[in-house]
Amino acid sequence: MEERPFSDISFEKYLNEEKLMGNRCKQCNALFIPPRPICIACHSTDMNWVEMSGKGKLSAYTCISIGPSFMRAEGYDRHNPYCSGVVELEEGARVDARIEGVDPKEPENINVGMSLRVKFLHREDHKTYLAFEPV
Amino acid sequence: MKKRRKLGRGVAIVGAGMSKFGMFADKNSKDLFAEAFNEMLASIDKGVDPGEIDALYLGNFSNDFFMHQSHWGPIITDLIGITPKPATRTEGACASSALAFREGVFAIASGFYDIVLVGGLEEMSKRSTEEVAEGLALATVPYEGTAGFTFPGVFGAIATAYFAKYGANREHLMNVTIKSHSNAPLNPKAQFPLTIRDMMNKKIESAKKKGVDTPQWSDEKDFLKDPRANPVVAWPMHLYDCCPISDGASCMLLVAEDIAKNFTDDPIYLAGMGQGSGRGLHACDDLTYFEATRYAAKEAYEMSGLKPNDVQFAEVHDCFSIAELLHIEDLGFFEPGEGYKAVADGLTRLDGSKPINTSGGLKCKGHPVGATGISQLYEIWTQLKGKAGNRQIPISDLRVGGAHNLGGTGGTCTFTILERR
Ligand SMILES: [Zn+2]
Repeated sequence: MEERPFSDISFEKYLNEEKLMGNRCKQCNALFIPPRPICIACHSTDMNWVEMSGKGKLSAYTCISIGPSFMRAEGYDRHNPYCSGVVELEEGARVDARIEGVDPKEPENINVGMSLRVKFLHREDHKTYLAFEPV
Repeated sequence: MKKRRKLGRGVAIVGAGMSKFGMFADKNSKDLFAEAFNEMLASIDKGVDPGEIDALYLGNFSNDFFMHQSHWGPIITDLIGITPKPATRTEGACASSALAFREGVFAIASGFYDIVLVGGLEEMSKRSTEEVAEGLALATVPYEGTAGFTFPGVFGAIATAYFAKYGANREHLMNVTIKSHSNAPLNPKAQFPLTIRDMMNKKIESAKKKGVDTPQWSDEKDFLKDPRANPVVAWPMHLYDCCPISDGASCMLLVAEDIAKNFTDDPIYLAGMGQGSGRGLHACDDLTYFEATRYAAKEAYEMSGLKPNDVQFAEVHDCFSIAELLHIEDLGFFEPGEGYKAVADGLTRLDGSKPINTSGGLKCKGHPVGATGISQLYEIWTQLKGKAGNRQIPISDLRVGGAHNLGGTGGTCTFTILERR
Protein backbone atom coordinates (compact mmCIF):
# COMPACT_ATOMS: atom_id res chain seq x y z
CA MET A 1 0.00 0.00 0.00
CA GLU A 2 1.26 3.50 -0.83
CA GLU A 3 2.74 5.49 2.03
CA ARG A 4 0.33 8.19 3.08
CA PRO A 5 1.06 10.11 6.27
CA PHE A 6 -0.96 9.02 9.32
CA SER A 7 -3.08 12.17 9.38
CA ASP A 8 -6.65 13.43 9.43
CA ILE A 9 -6.23 14.55 5.81
CA SER A 10 -5.21 11.04 4.69
CA PHE A 11 -8.18 9.60 6.64
CA GLU A 12 -10.54 11.93 4.79
CA LYS A 13 -8.97 11.10 1.40
CA TYR A 14 -9.53 7.41 2.09
CA LEU A 15 -13.16 8.10 3.04
CA ASN A 16 -13.53 9.81 -0.31
CA GLU A 17 -12.28 6.56 -1.90
CA GLU A 18 -14.84 4.61 0.19
CA LYS A 19 -12.21 3.10 2.46
CA LEU A 20 -12.45 3.22 6.25
CA MET A 21 -8.79 3.26 7.26
CA GLY A 22 -7.07 3.18 10.63
CA ASN A 23 -3.52 2.44 11.68
CA ARG A 24 -1.94 -0.13 13.93
CA CYS A 25 1.21 0.28 16.04
CA LYS A 26 3.90 -2.21 14.99
CA GLN A 27 5.41 -2.17 18.46
CA CYS A 28 2.35 -2.77 20.67
CA ASN A 29 -0.44 -3.63 18.22
CA ALA A 30 -2.75 -0.79 19.40
CA LEU A 31 -5.36 0.22 16.79
CA PHE A 32 -6.33 3.83 16.02
CA ILE A 33 -9.06 5.32 13.86
CA PRO A 34 -8.81 8.08 12.73
CA PRO A 35 -5.09 7.32 12.44
CA ARG A 36 -2.57 8.84 14.84
CA PRO A 37 1.02 9.83 14.06
CA ILE A 38 2.15 8.79 17.57
CA CYS A 39 0.99 5.64 19.39
CA ILE A 40 -0.71 6.80 22.61
CA ALA A 41 -0.06 3.41 24.24
CA CYS A 42 3.75 3.13 23.70
CA HIS A 43 4.66 6.42 21.92
CA SER A 44 6.13 4.56 18.93
CA THR A 45 5.81 6.14 15.47
CA ASP A 46 6.22 2.81 13.68
CA MET A 47 2.76 2.22 12.22
CA ASN A 48 0.88 0.32 9.48
CA TRP A 49 -2.31 1.32 7.67
CA VAL A 50 -5.17 -1.18 8.17
CA GLU A 51 -8.55 -1.23 6.45
CA MET A 52 -11.63 -1.77 8.65
CA SER A 53 -14.35 -4.22 7.64
CA GLY A 54 -16.98 -1.51 8.08
CA LYS A 55 -19.08 -3.63 10.47
CA GLY A 56 -19.85 -2.43 13.98
CA LYS A 57 -22.47 -1.74 16.59
CA LEU A 58 -23.96 1.42 18.08
CA SER A 59 -22.34 2.55 21.38
CA ALA A 60 -24.22 5.84 21.85
CA TYR A 61 -26.41 8.17 19.80
CA THR A 62 -28.36 11.40 19.80
CA CYS A 63 -31.10 12.83 17.58
CA ILE A 64 -30.37 16.49 17.00
CA SER A 65 -33.08 19.09 16.38
CA ILE A 66 -30.83 22.17 16.44
CA GLY A 67 -27.73 21.46 14.35
CA PRO A 68 -24.71 23.42 13.16
CA SER A 69 -25.00 25.60 10.03
CA PHE A 70 -23.71 22.92 7.63
CA MET A 71 -26.41 20.50 8.80
CA ARG A 72 -29.10 23.19 8.64
CA ALA A 73 -27.96 23.83 5.06
CA GLU A 74 -28.74 20.15 4.32
CA GLY A 75 -32.30 20.78 5.48
CA TYR A 76 -32.16 19.47 9.04
CA ASP A 77 -34.10 21.31 11.75
CA ARG A 78 -36.52 20.68 14.63
CA HIS A 79 -39.10 19.25 12.19
CA ASN A 80 -36.46 17.12 10.48
CA PRO A 81 -33.89 15.97 13.07
CA TYR A 82 -30.85 13.81 12.28
CA CYS A 83 -28.98 11.13 14.18
CA SER A 84 -25.28 11.18 15.14
CA GLY A 85 -23.61 8.37 17.02
CA VAL A 86 -20.52 6.61 18.28
CA VAL A 87 -19.93 3.25 16.59
CA GLU A 88 -17.78 0.44 17.95
CA LEU A 89 -16.15 -1.34 15.01
CA GLU A 90 -15.76 -5.10 15.06
CA GLU A 91 -11.98 -4.51 15.20
CA GLY A 92 -12.53 -2.85 18.62
CA ALA A 93 -11.93 0.88 17.96
CA ARG A 94 -14.71 3.48 17.95
CA VAL A 95 -15.61 6.24 15.48
CA ASP A 96 -17.99 9.23 15.46
CA ALA A 97 -20.41 9.06 12.55
CA ARG A 98 -23.76 10.07 11.11
CA ILE A 99 -26.36 7.34 11.58
CA GLU A 100 -28.63 6.86 8.57
CA GLY A 101 -31.56 4.54 7.98
CA VAL A 102 -33.12 5.11 11.41
CA ASP A 103 -36.02 7.43 12.28
CA PRO A 104 -34.64 10.36 14.31
CA LYS A 105 -38.22 11.37 15.19
CA GLU A 106 -38.58 8.08 17.09
CA PRO A 107 -35.33 8.09 19.09
CA GLU A 108 -36.60 5.56 21.60
CA ASN A 109 -36.74 2.96 18.84
CA ILE A 110 -33.02 3.31 18.15
CA ASN A 111 -31.03 0.88 20.30
CA VAL A 112 -27.54 0.95 21.73
CA GLY A 113 -25.95 -2.30 20.59
CA MET A 114 -27.71 -2.48 17.19
CA SER A 115 -25.63 -3.85 14.30
CA LEU A 116 -24.49 -1.37 11.68
CA ARG A 117 -22.46 -1.23 8.50
CA VAL A 118 -20.50 1.64 6.99
CA LYS A 119 -21.90 4.03 4.39
CA PHE A 120 -20.02 6.86 2.68
CA LEU A 121 -21.90 10.14 2.23
CA HIS A 122 -20.38 12.09 -0.66
CA ARG A 123 -21.09 15.80 -0.75
CA GLU A 124 -21.11 18.26 -3.60
CA ASP A 125 -17.89 19.87 -2.38
CA HIS A 126 -16.10 16.48 -2.84
CA LYS A 127 -15.83 15.85 0.90
CA THR A 128 -17.13 12.57 2.27
CA TYR A 129 -18.83 12.04 5.60
CA LEU A 130 -18.53 8.81 7.51
CA ALA A 131 -21.94 7.28 8.17
CA PHE A 132 -23.40 3.96 9.29
CA GLU A 133 -26.76 2.32 8.69
CA PRO A 134 -28.53 -0.70 10.19
CA VAL A 135 -27.56 -4.06 8.67
CA MET B 1 8.27 8.31 40.37
CA LYS B 2 6.26 9.54 43.37
CA LYS B 3 4.58 12.85 42.56
CA ARG B 4 4.71 15.42 45.30
CA ARG B 5 1.64 17.58 44.56
CA LYS B 6 2.28 19.95 47.48
CA LEU B 7 2.41 23.73 47.43
CA GLY B 8 5.56 25.65 48.37
CA ARG B 9 3.37 27.62 50.76
CA GLY B 10 -0.33 27.61 51.57
CA VAL B 11 -2.93 29.83 49.93
CA ALA B 12 -6.06 31.38 51.47
CA ILE B 13 -9.12 33.09 50.01
CA VAL B 14 -9.91 36.32 51.84
CA GLY B 15 -12.63 37.78 49.61
CA ALA B 16 -14.97 36.81 46.79
CA GLY B 17 -17.58 38.39 44.55
CA MET B 18 -19.72 37.68 41.54
CA SER B 19 -22.07 39.72 39.39
CA LYS B 20 -25.65 38.70 38.97
CA PHE B 21 -25.79 36.18 36.09
CA GLY B 22 -28.28 36.66 33.26
CA MET B 23 -28.79 38.20 29.82
CA PHE B 24 -28.07 41.89 30.12
CA ALA B 25 -28.70 44.16 27.11
CA ASP B 26 -27.47 47.19 29.08
CA LYS B 27 -24.30 45.80 30.73
CA ASN B 28 -20.99 44.77 29.19
CA SER B 29 -18.12 42.62 30.46
CA LYS B 30 -16.48 45.57 32.25
CA ASP B 31 -19.70 46.52 34.07
CA LEU B 32 -20.13 42.92 35.20
CA PHE B 33 -16.53 42.57 36.36
CA ALA B 34 -16.79 45.85 38.29
CA GLU B 35 -19.89 44.45 40.03
CA ALA B 36 -17.99 41.30 41.07
CA PHE B 37 -14.86 43.24 42.07
CA ASN B 38 -16.74 45.72 44.27
CA GLU B 39 -18.54 42.90 46.07
CA MET B 40 -15.20 41.12 46.56
CA LEU B 41 -13.62 44.23 48.11
CA ALA B 42 -16.60 44.73 50.43
CA SER B 43 -16.41 41.08 51.55
CA ILE B 44 -12.92 41.52 53.07
CA ASP B 45 -13.55 42.20 56.77
CA LYS B 46 -10.41 44.23 57.40
CA GLY B 47 -10.21 45.64 53.87
CA VAL B 48 -7.51 45.69 51.23
CA ASP B 49 -5.85 48.48 49.29
CA PRO B 50 -6.31 47.44 45.61
CA GLY B 51 -2.89 48.95 44.96
CA GLU B 52 -1.43 46.04 46.94
CA ILE B 53 -2.67 43.46 44.39
CA ASP B 54 0.40 41.95 42.70
CA ALA B 55 -1.19 40.42 39.60
CA LEU B 56 -4.41 39.38 37.84
CA TYR B 57 -5.19 35.98 36.33
CA LEU B 58 -8.35 36.15 34.24
CA GLY B 59 -10.32 33.31 32.68
CA ASN B 60 -12.19 34.00 29.45
CA PHE B 61 -13.20 31.43 26.85
CA SER B 62 -14.19 33.36 23.78
CA ASN B 63 -15.17 37.01 24.11
CA ASP B 64 -13.01 37.17 20.96
CA PHE B 65 -15.81 35.35 19.12
CA PHE B 66 -18.79 36.61 21.12
CA MET B 67 -17.77 40.31 21.37
CA HIS B 68 -15.05 40.62 18.68
CA GLN B 69 -12.71 41.78 21.41
CA SER B 70 -9.72 39.81 22.62
CA HIS B 71 -6.93 40.55 25.16
CA TRP B 72 -9.10 41.08 28.26
CA GLY B 73 -6.34 41.03 30.89
CA PRO B 74 -5.16 44.64 30.57
CA ILE B 75 -8.71 45.88 29.95
CA ILE B 76 -9.60 44.59 33.40
CA THR B 77 -6.44 45.80 35.20
CA ASP B 78 -7.24 49.25 33.78
CA LEU B 79 -10.91 48.96 34.82
CA ILE B 80 -10.05 48.26 38.45
CA GLY B 81 -7.12 50.67 38.58
CA ILE B 82 -4.17 48.33 39.08
CA THR B 83 -2.31 49.01 35.80
CA PRO B 84 0.66 48.41 35.22
CA LYS B 85 0.35 45.25 37.34
CA PRO B 86 0.64 42.13 35.16
CA ALA B 87 -2.41 40.36 33.77
CA THR B 88 -2.53 36.86 32.27
CA ARG B 89 -5.51 35.34 30.51
CA THR B 90 -6.30 31.62 30.81
CA GLU B 91 -8.44 29.60 28.40
CA GLY B 92 -9.85 26.14 29.06
CA ALA B 93 -13.29 26.49 27.44
CA CYS B 94 -15.95 26.41 30.20
CA ALA B 95 -13.20 25.76 32.76
CA SER B 96 -11.25 28.94 31.89
CA SER B 97 -11.52 30.64 35.30
CA ALA B 98 -10.80 27.46 37.28
CA LEU B 99 -7.47 27.59 35.42
CA ALA B 100 -7.04 31.27 36.42
CA PHE B 101 -7.58 30.22 40.05
CA ARG B 102 -4.91 27.53 39.72
CA GLU B 103 -2.40 29.93 38.14
CA GLY B 104 -3.03 32.39 40.97
CA VAL B 105 -2.38 29.63 43.50
CA PHE B 106 0.87 28.61 41.78
CA ALA B 107 2.04 32.24 41.66
CA ILE B 108 1.60 32.63 45.42
CA ALA B 109 2.82 29.13 46.31
CA SER B 110 6.04 29.79 44.39
CA GLY B 111 6.73 32.76 46.64
CA PHE B 112 6.77 35.22 43.75
CA TYR B 113 3.54 37.07 44.67
CA ASP B 114 1.67 37.50 47.96
CA ILE B 115 -1.70 38.97 46.87
CA VAL B 116 -3.31 37.86 43.61
CA LEU B 117 -6.69 38.61 42.04
CA VAL B 118 -8.23 35.74 40.06
CA GLY B 119 -11.40 36.10 38.04
CA GLY B 120 -13.42 35.21 34.99
CA LEU B 121 -15.89 36.79 32.59
CA GLU B 122 -17.98 36.05 29.52
CA GLU B 123 -20.51 38.10 27.57
CA MET B 124 -22.66 35.87 25.35
CA SER B 125 -26.20 37.25 25.12
CA LYS B 126 -25.46 39.91 22.48
CA ARG B 127 -25.24 37.08 19.90
CA SER B 128 -28.07 34.97 18.47
CA THR B 129 -28.64 31.45 19.83
CA GLU B 130 -27.20 29.98 16.60
CA GLU B 131 -24.08 32.13 16.89
CA VAL B 132 -23.57 31.16 20.54
CA ALA B 133 -23.98 27.48 19.64
CA GLU B 134 -21.41 27.93 16.86
CA GLY B 135 -19.03 29.68 19.30
CA LEU B 136 -19.36 26.96 21.94
CA ALA B 137 -18.89 24.27 19.31
CA LEU B 138 -15.37 25.63 18.78
CA ALA B 139 -14.54 23.70 21.96
CA THR B 140 -15.70 20.25 20.80
CA VAL B 141 -13.33 17.65 19.35
CA PRO B 142 -12.86 17.94 15.54
CA TYR B 143 -14.23 14.48 14.59
CA GLU B 144 -17.39 15.12 16.61
CA GLY B 145 -18.21 18.28 14.66
CA THR B 146 -18.00 16.61 11.24
CA ALA B 147 -20.29 13.80 12.43
CA GLY B 148 -22.91 16.49 13.14
CA PHE B 149 -22.51 16.49 16.92
CA THR B 150 -23.35 19.68 18.76
CA PHE B 151 -22.51 20.34 22.42
CA PRO B 152 -25.90 19.07 23.64
CA GLY B 153 -25.51 16.23 21.12
CA VAL B 154 -22.31 14.94 22.74
CA PHE B 155 -23.98 14.92 26.16
CA GLY B 156 -27.12 13.35 24.66
CA ALA B 157 -25.00 10.50 23.30
CA ILE B 158 -23.31 10.08 26.69
CA ALA B 159 -26.78 9.85 28.25
CA THR B 160 -27.82 7.00 25.92
CA ALA B 161 -24.66 5.08 26.84
CA TYR B 162 -25.32 5.68 30.57
CA PHE B 163 -28.98 4.61 30.22
CA ALA B 164 -27.98 1.42 28.37
CA LYS B 165 -25.25 0.49 30.86
CA TYR B 166 -27.04 1.25 34.14
CA GLY B 167 -30.79 1.10 33.39
CA ALA B 168 -31.45 4.80 34.04
CA ASN B 169 -33.97 6.76 31.96
CA ARG B 170 -35.17 10.30 31.23
CA GLU B 171 -37.01 10.56 34.54
CA HIS B 172 -33.67 10.33 36.32
CA LEU B 173 -32.45 13.36 34.37
CA MET B 174 -35.65 15.19 35.36
CA ASN B 175 -34.80 14.59 39.03
CA VAL B 176 -31.58 16.56 38.54
CA THR B 177 -33.43 19.44 36.86
CA ILE B 178 -36.17 19.58 39.50
CA LYS B 179 -33.58 19.54 42.31
CA SER B 180 -31.49 22.37 40.77
CA HIS B 181 -34.61 24.47 40.21
CA SER B 182 -35.64 23.97 43.84
CA ASN B 183 -32.37 25.61 45.01
CA ALA B 184 -32.36 28.47 42.49
CA PRO B 185 -35.05 30.73 44.04
CA LEU B 186 -32.86 30.88 47.17
CA ASN B 187 -29.95 32.35 45.18
CA PRO B 188 -30.32 36.11 44.48
CA LYS B 189 -27.62 35.92 41.75
CA ALA B 190 -29.39 33.18 39.75
CA GLN B 191 -30.53 33.76 36.17
CA PHE B 192 -33.64 31.57 36.66
CA PRO B 193 -34.70 31.89 40.31
CA LEU B 194 -37.80 29.74 39.78
CA THR B 195 -38.84 26.22 40.71
CA ILE B 196 -40.29 23.98 37.98
CA ARG B 197 -43.65 24.41 39.76
CA ASP B 198 -43.26 28.23 39.44
CA MET B 199 -42.56 27.81 35.71
CA MET B 200 -45.69 25.65 35.30
CA ASN B 201 -47.85 28.20 37.10
CA LYS B 202 -46.46 31.01 34.95
CA LYS B 203 -47.35 29.14 31.76
CA ILE B 204 -50.86 28.41 33.06
CA GLU B 205 -51.38 32.08 34.02
CA SER B 206 -50.19 33.28 30.63
CA ALA B 207 -52.50 30.80 28.82
CA LYS B 208 -55.45 32.06 30.93
CA LYS B 209 -54.61 35.69 30.07
CA LYS B 210 -54.43 34.92 26.35
CA GLY B 211 -57.72 33.04 26.62
CA VAL B 212 -56.22 29.90 25.03
CA ASP B 213 -56.61 26.32 26.35
CA THR B 214 -55.11 26.07 29.82
CA PRO B 215 -52.44 23.37 29.89
CA GLN B 216 -53.00 20.57 32.40
CA TRP B 217 -50.01 18.92 34.05
CA SER B 218 -50.37 16.50 36.96
CA ASP B 219 -46.88 17.25 38.36
CA GLU B 220 -43.39 18.52 37.47
CA LYS B 221 -42.43 15.39 35.53
CA ASP B 222 -45.65 15.54 33.54
CA PHE B 223 -44.68 19.12 32.60
CA LEU B 224 -41.14 18.08 31.63
CA LYS B 225 -42.51 15.22 29.48
CA ASP B 226 -44.70 17.65 27.48
CA PRO B 227 -42.81 18.41 24.24
CA ARG B 228 -44.53 21.79 23.92
CA ALA B 229 -43.23 22.89 27.32
CA ASN B 230 -39.91 21.08 27.08
CA PRO B 231 -38.88 20.53 23.44
CA VAL B 232 -36.06 18.22 22.39
CA VAL B 233 -32.68 19.81 21.64
CA ALA B 234 -30.52 16.71 21.09
CA TRP B 235 -32.39 13.65 22.28
CA PRO B 236 -32.46 12.74 25.14
CA MET B 237 -31.37 16.30 26.04
CA HIS B 238 -34.39 18.59 26.16
CA LEU B 239 -34.57 22.32 26.86
CA TYR B 240 -34.70 21.77 30.63
CA ASP B 241 -31.62 19.53 30.53
CA CYS B 242 -29.50 22.38 29.15
CA CYS B 243 -27.89 25.42 30.78
CA PRO B 244 -28.82 28.85 29.38
CA ILE B 245 -26.86 31.56 27.51
CA SER B 246 -25.52 34.01 30.09
CA ASP B 247 -23.40 37.06 30.83
CA GLY B 248 -21.48 37.36 34.07
CA ALA B 249 -18.23 37.84 35.96
CA SER B 250 -16.66 36.49 39.15
CA CYS B 251 -13.48 37.06 41.16
CA MET B 252 -11.60 36.12 44.34
CA LEU B 253 -8.66 37.53 46.24
CA LEU B 254 -5.98 34.94 47.02
CA VAL B 255 -3.20 35.63 49.54
CA ALA B 256 -0.33 33.72 51.09
CA GLU B 257 -1.59 31.75 54.10
CA ASP B 258 0.82 33.47 56.51
CA ILE B 259 -0.68 36.94 55.84
CA ALA B 260 -4.34 35.86 55.53
CA LYS B 261 -5.28 37.05 59.03
CA ASN B 262 -4.26 40.61 58.05
CA PHE B 263 -7.40 40.64 55.88
CA THR B 264 -9.94 38.58 57.81
CA ASP B 265 -10.20 36.55 61.01
CA ASP B 266 -11.98 33.85 59.03
CA PRO B 267 -10.05 32.97 55.86
CA ILE B 268 -11.04 29.98 53.74
CA TYR B 269 -8.09 27.78 52.81
CA LEU B 270 -7.22 25.80 49.71
CA ALA B 271 -7.02 22.15 50.77
CA GLY B 272 -6.48 20.40 47.46
CA MET B 273 -6.74 20.88 43.73
CA GLY B 274 -6.38 18.85 40.57
CA GLN B 275 -6.72 19.22 36.84
CA GLY B 276 -7.03 16.61 34.10
CA SER B 277 -7.28 16.44 30.32
CA GLY B 278 -9.65 14.29 28.31
CA ARG B 279 -10.17 13.17 24.73
CA GLY B 280 -12.96 12.87 22.20
CA LEU B 281 -15.88 10.50 22.61
CA HIS B 282 -14.58 8.03 20.04
CA ALA B 283 -11.27 7.64 21.89
CA CYS B 284 -12.72 7.11 25.40
CA ASP B 285 -12.44 3.68 27.01
CA ASP B 286 -16.00 4.04 28.26
CA LEU B 287 -18.61 6.69 27.50
CA THR B 288 -20.11 6.74 31.01
CA TYR B 289 -17.39 8.60 32.87
CA PHE B 290 -15.02 11.54 32.36
CA GLU B 291 -11.38 10.50 32.51
CA ALA B 292 -10.34 14.15 33.13
CA THR B 293 -12.69 14.51 36.11
CA ARG B 294 -11.41 11.30 37.71
CA TYR B 295 -7.81 12.43 37.27
CA ALA B 296 -8.52 15.91 38.68
CA ALA B 297 -10.29 14.35 41.68
CA LYS B 298 -7.44 11.91 42.36
CA GLU B 299 -4.94 14.79 42.41
CA ALA B 300 -7.11 16.93 44.69
CA TYR B 301 -7.74 14.08 47.14
CA GLU B 302 -4.03 13.16 47.22
CA MET B 303 -2.94 16.75 47.81
CA SER B 304 -5.50 17.34 50.58
CA GLY B 305 -5.34 13.93 52.23
CA LEU B 306 -9.14 14.05 52.18
CA LYS B 307 -11.54 11.40 50.89
CA PRO B 308 -14.79 11.82 48.94
CA ASN B 309 -16.74 11.31 52.17
CA ASP B 310 -14.94 14.25 53.79
CA VAL B 311 -16.25 16.64 51.13
CA GLN B 312 -19.56 17.68 52.70
CA PHE B 313 -21.04 19.43 49.65
CA ALA B 314 -20.04 20.38 46.11
CA GLU B 315 -20.74 22.42 43.06
CA VAL B 316 -20.41 20.21 39.96
CA HIS B 317 -20.46 21.19 36.31
CA ASP B 318 -24.05 20.54 35.19
CA CYS B 319 -23.87 22.10 31.71
CA PHE B 320 -26.34 19.29 30.92
CA SER B 321 -28.32 17.23 33.42
CA ILE B 322 -26.52 13.99 32.51
CA ALA B 323 -23.15 15.62 33.32
CA GLU B 324 -24.16 16.05 36.98
CA LEU B 325 -24.87 12.30 37.27
CA LEU B 326 -21.48 11.35 35.82
CA HIS B 327 -19.54 13.86 37.91
CA ILE B 328 -21.00 12.87 41.29
CA GLU B 329 -19.82 9.35 40.45
CA ASP B 330 -16.44 10.42 39.03
CA LEU B 331 -15.70 12.53 42.13
CA GLY B 332 -16.25 9.42 44.27
CA PHE B 333 -19.39 10.63 46.06
CA PHE B 334 -21.34 7.65 44.69
CA GLU B 335 -20.31 4.39 43.02
CA PRO B 336 -20.45 4.21 39.19
CA GLY B 337 -24.06 3.62 38.17
CA GLU B 338 -25.39 4.69 41.58
CA GLY B 339 -25.50 8.47 41.02
CA TYR B 340 -28.97 8.51 39.47
CA LYS B 341 -30.35 6.49 42.38
CA ALA B 342 -28.80 8.90 44.91
CA VAL B 343 -30.46 11.86 43.17
CA ALA B 344 -33.80 10.00 43.04
CA ASP B 345 -33.49 9.33 46.79
CA GLY B 346 -32.99 13.06 47.48
CA LEU B 347 -29.41 12.69 48.79
CA THR B 348 -28.18 15.64 46.68
CA ARG B 349 -30.90 18.06 47.78
CA LEU B 350 -30.07 21.10 49.93
CA ASP B 351 -31.20 19.12 52.99
CA GLY B 352 -29.72 15.81 51.80
CA SER B 353 -26.58 14.05 53.02
CA LYS B 354 -24.50 15.38 50.06
CA PRO B 355 -25.90 18.68 48.80
CA ILE B 356 -24.94 19.26 45.15
CA ASN B 357 -25.24 22.61 43.33
CA THR B 358 -26.84 24.59 46.15
CA SER B 359 -26.42 27.65 43.88
CA GLY B 360 -28.92 26.15 41.42
CA GLY B 361 -26.03 24.95 39.27
CA LEU B 362 -25.21 26.10 35.77
CA LYS B 363 -28.77 25.14 34.78
CA CYS B 364 -30.41 27.84 36.92
CA LYS B 365 -27.63 30.12 38.16
CA GLY B 366 -26.47 30.62 34.55
CA HIS B 367 -23.30 29.73 32.66
CA PRO B 368 -21.25 32.68 31.39
CA VAL B 369 -18.58 30.15 30.52
CA GLY B 370 -15.39 32.02 31.47
CA ALA B 371 -16.90 33.18 34.79
CA THR B 372 -18.30 29.80 35.85
CA GLY B 373 -15.28 28.17 37.54
CA ILE B 374 -14.74 30.97 40.04
CA SER B 375 -18.49 31.41 40.53
CA GLN B 376 -18.59 27.77 41.70
CA LEU B 377 -15.75 28.49 44.15
CA TYR B 378 -17.68 31.61 45.22
CA GLU B 379 -20.60 29.36 46.21
CA ILE B 380 -18.31 27.05 48.23
CA TRP B 381 -16.71 30.09 49.93
CA THR B 382 -20.15 31.59 50.67
CA GLN B 383 -21.44 28.36 52.22
CA LEU B 384 -18.25 27.81 54.27
CA LYS B 385 -18.48 31.40 55.57
CA GLY B 386 -22.13 30.78 56.59
CA LYS B 387 -23.24 33.64 54.32
CA ALA B 388 -25.60 31.68 52.03
CA GLY B 389 -28.80 33.03 53.59
CA ASN B 390 -31.89 30.97 52.76
CA ARG B 391 -29.85 28.39 50.89
CA GLN B 392 -27.36 27.85 53.73
CA ILE B 393 -26.73 24.11 54.06
CA PRO B 394 -28.31 22.93 57.33
CA ILE B 395 -25.17 21.22 58.67
CA SER B 396 -23.86 22.81 61.88
CA ASP B 397 -20.17 22.11 61.28
CA LEU B 398 -19.68 22.91 57.61
CA ARG B 399 -15.94 22.73 56.96
CA VAL B 400 -15.12 21.16 53.57
CA GLY B 401 -16.61 21.78 50.12
CA GLY B 402 -15.49 21.09 46.54
CA ALA B 403 -15.97 22.72 43.14
CA HIS B 404 -15.78 20.74 39.91
CA ASN B 405 -15.46 22.56 36.58
CA LEU B 406 -15.52 20.99 33.10
CA GLY B 407 -14.37 22.54 29.83
CA GLY B 408 -15.59 21.55 26.38
CA THR B 409 -16.88 18.00 26.19
CA GLY B 410 -14.58 16.91 29.01
CA GLY B 411 -11.26 18.06 27.54
CA THR B 412 -10.33 20.10 30.62
CA CYS B 413 -11.61 19.27 34.12
CA THR B 414 -10.66 20.63 37.54
CA PHE B 415 -11.59 19.76 41.09
CA THR B 416 -10.78 22.17 43.92
CA ILE B 417 -11.37 21.52 47.62
CA LEU B 418 -11.72 24.43 50.06
CA GLU B 419 -11.79 24.19 53.84
CA ARG B 420 -12.56 26.29 56.87
CA ARG B 421 -10.16 25.63 59.74
ZN1 LIG C 1 2.27 1.32 20.44
